[in-house]
Amino acid sequence: MADIDEIDTSNLAYGRTEWDDHHHLPTNTGLTNEKVTMWAFLGSDCLLFGALISTYLLLRNRVGPATSGPTAADLFDIPFTSVSSFVLLMSSLTMVLAVTSIQRAEMDRCKLWLLTTAALGSIFIAGQVYEFTSFYREGLGFTTNISSSAFYTLTGFHGVHVSLGIVMLVTMWVLVSGGQIGPERAETIEIIGLYWHFVDIVWIVIFAVVYLIP
Amino acid sequence: MAITEERPEILELESGDTSFSTGAFARPTNASGWRAWFFTVDHKKIGIMYGAVAMFWFLWGGVEALLIRAQLFTPNGTVLTAEQYNQIFTMHGTTMVFLVIMPLAAAFANYIVPLQIGARDVAFPRMNALGLWLFVFGGIFLNLSWFLGGGPDGGWFAYAPNTGVTFSPGAGMDFYALGLQIAGIASLVGAINLIVTVLNMRAPGMTMLRMPVFTWMILVVQFLLLFALPVITVALILLSFDRTFDANFFNVAMGADPLLWQHLFWIFGHPEVYILILPSFGIVSETLPVFSRKPLFGYSVIVISGAAIGFMGWGVWAHHMFVSGLGPVGVAAFSATTMFIAVPTGVKILNWIATMWGGNLRFTVPMMFSISLVSMFTIGGLSGVMHSVAPADTQQTDTYFIVAHFHYVLFGGALMGLFAGMYYWWPKAFGYKLSESLGKWHFWILLVGFNMTFGPMHIVGLQGMARRHSRYGPEDGFDFWNAVVTIGAFVILIGMIVFAVNIVRSWLGYKAGTIPQEPADPWDARTIEWAIPCPTPEHNFDYVPVITDIDDFWHKKYQPDENGKLRKIADGNEIAQKGDQSPHLPSPSYWPIVLAAGLPLIALGLIYNLWVSGIGLVLLLGAMFGWSLEPATDPNAGHDDHGDDHDPDTNAPDGDEGGDAEVAEEAPVG
Ligand code: HEM
Ligand SMILES: [Cu+2]
Repeated sequence: MADIDEIDTSNLAYGRTEWDDHHHLPTNTGLTNEKVTMWAFLGSDCLLFGALISTYLLLRNRVGPATSGPTAADLFDIPFTSVSSFVLLMSSLTMVLAVTSIQRAEMDRCKLWLLTTAALGSIFIAGQVYEFTSFYREGLGFTTNISSSAFYTLTGFHGVHVSLGIVMLVTMWVLVSGGQIGPERAETIEIIGLYWHFVDIVWIVIFAVVYLIP
Repeated sequence: MAITEERPEILELESGDTSFSTGAFARPTNASGWRAWFFTVDHKKIGIMYGAVAMFWFLWGGVEALLIRAQLFTPNGTVLTAEQYNQIFTMHGTTMVFLVIMPLAAAFANYIVPLQIGARDVAFPRMNALGLWLFVFGGIFLNLSWFLGGGPDGGWFAYAPNTGVTFSPGAGMDFYALGLQIAGIASLVGAINLIVTVLNMRAPGMTMLRMPVFTWMILVVQFLLLFALPVITVALILLSFDRTFDANFFNVAMGADPLLWQHLFWIFGHPEVYILILPSFGIVSETLPVFSRKPLFGYSVIVISGAAIGFMGWGVWAHHMFVSGLGPVGVAAFSATTMFIAVPTGVKILNWIATMWGGNLRFTVPMMFSISLVSMFTIGGLSGVMHSVAPADTQQTDTYFIVAHFHYVLFGGALMGLFAGMYYWWPKAFGYKLSESLGKWHFWILLVGFNMTFGPMHIVGLQGMARRHSRYGPEDGFDFWNAVVTIGAFVILIGMIVFAVNIVRSWLGYKAGTIPQEPADPWDARTIEWAIPCPTPEHNFDYVPVITDIDDFWHKKYQPDENGKLRKIADGNEIAQKGDQSPHLPSPSYWPIVLAAGLPLIALGLIYNLWVSGIGLVLLLGAMFGWSLEPATDPNAGHDDHGDDHDPDTNAPDGDEGGDAEVAEEAPVG
């Protein structure tokens, strides 16, 4: 994409160049506005998760004098969560495939990979629902102690992020199927892909910091 | 002109299906009257509304301040009960920070930044409107608490656990937590929008280092907002979860750590103080050179130190917690970083002084306000450096000395700069200048009142008068200065009444024709927002301005002759664009205001009844749906445009890179 600063600037007086409503001027960065928006949002979201993760780390072992409730860490089922983490990781791969296929104008493949990505994400969410339920059965509610509040809040926020991603993926699948999105709008899928990868990376951090580090 | 071109077929871009792009509902037209404001997506109207609403809250925050001062006028004041006092001082701070200074800065950012970079609007006009309405509804929501059982009472910093249900059982803190959340989303939306606008939509030739300093400072502030807001979002979420869903984050009985809130709040809070001051730093970096008739001394140094403040501002937050038991290492480290951050701040002050040094000063009202920023802020900066010395701060913290400090930086700094900006850009926004003589009355009364109010606070503060207390005793010996302070507060009120009179009289005079319409360049200014008529035409620029210099407009008016002496080569009003083109613009939309209205309903429901949240959610989702079906520019409004959700002068991935820069038949005089 052309750099706007390379445009001929030899005209000194104001008003040589006409606004052009039909042909977009290139942007200064060469990235579209939508893409810069997503990057900015993700930058902001990093701090959201940063604050939530720090909060969890500070509070992970606090159960309080009055309770006998377990901490979340007492109940972790590492093999189970490893599998669901792996599923989420694989969904990043399928997301890449969806983006490449729409860039190559292979719409059927794109649809397939979009759906696969959404499905893998859903499996992850199902795993989280299962995990939460079994923790709850074992006596760890949201209000049981400080560490449980922190655990559910952090992982819950991540779950909401994944779920929003699934909604976006399914919407894309509908739009691609209906022909409203064609190869010329590959970037829309690419931008959603950015979001999806981000959510995956955050999970890797959460999995490492919350589940694996004792 | 493009007007005559035939309908482009590119409408299909939105979806590939033209009927899909036209939206599910009729959309508002550019009509006049209140609709023109409520459904507008024009950055200028949005900027003016930000300013007007913020001035309303300024009035209300001022009433709260006067109530505080009335209570403290004499020892053992009886104007307010202790409970009322807590609510009033909490809402005074919250209002002034979140509903006055931040939106006033947003007003200038919205109005001026697109003009200074030569753009036709911001990157996402409807998102811009959404930010405005979220701010409006967030402010209303916060203040609803007055009618529903009492305002928040935990201070603007809302230290938890003190703000948990145990110690603050009323609904006030819920309104605080949720109201700030709404205002926070507003700022986040605005920040992303402005970042994209500045990074992507600068006129050809305007490199980052040719950008006006105001635009630079706004850009830095938007990045600070981008990274600071999520932190307070998390803090507020934790607090709300505690209060609403019985979570335990701040439950001391369960072994909570009271420092958790303080860390989260001040990691947000210190960048926030720069969010409040940097826009004003930007404003005076525009006005001082114009009224000194000299270029800004050390443009790049000012820009770099502004960015440096933005970075370093992240490493000093615990100076608000020196007495909270951080331990000697933490205290020493944060003490040192705090001392360091005064360096780039001081550099800026020296640069402004050097800008004025030897200049041909014109003491207009905007200039006077700018100079008072430089001097009053310096006083506040110096007391700030005093707090950075932790042993000294141990004596000063939680006393009126701190109150004096932050009012010198916020009122003497941020607000004075914003007033400078109002007087300076008023003709650009409304076509006429505010009266200079009334403006000088406004200035002097305000300056005297300000120093009378906040100067003595240094003294009573060092004598040990504690802040946040509703009473002091007759035996404390604080009476005299407190009486002075209260009188000073009423002097400020008089100054502000003069300002209101100025606004009304100048407007009436303009209507009656006794106050002239200003030409494009009434101040002989330096930046390109003055290269278009006053008031700004709806479409901003007739033609894309092409930028070749810092202070580009100045260089088109003044050039050195053979001897290197500056000579006027053109008159600003003549080379300015005429504003006589009528390109089509992004169309108005209902959805931003409807979407924004959903959030306070959801928040109300969280406090009272989840069914209300349900209604809010329906509104929210409905508006999102309507929004996504509606192209940014109404294909039926006059002349057509692409159906994509951004301003015409951005590039969509549509692979058509046709005419970047067509040459107009006739260039304006120049
Ligand atoms: C020269 C730079 C500055 C330094 C070194 C500085 C230092 C400090 C310190 C150490 C405190 C904590 C005092 C205490 O509570 O014991 C403080 C409080 C405060 N500062 Fe500054 N400051 C500076 C500039 C600013 C600016 C530019 C603003 C706002 C525009 C500001 C607004 C505040 C506010 C609002 C508080 C009080 C917060 C509260 O407790 O409610 N400061 N400052
Ligand atoms: Cu600070």
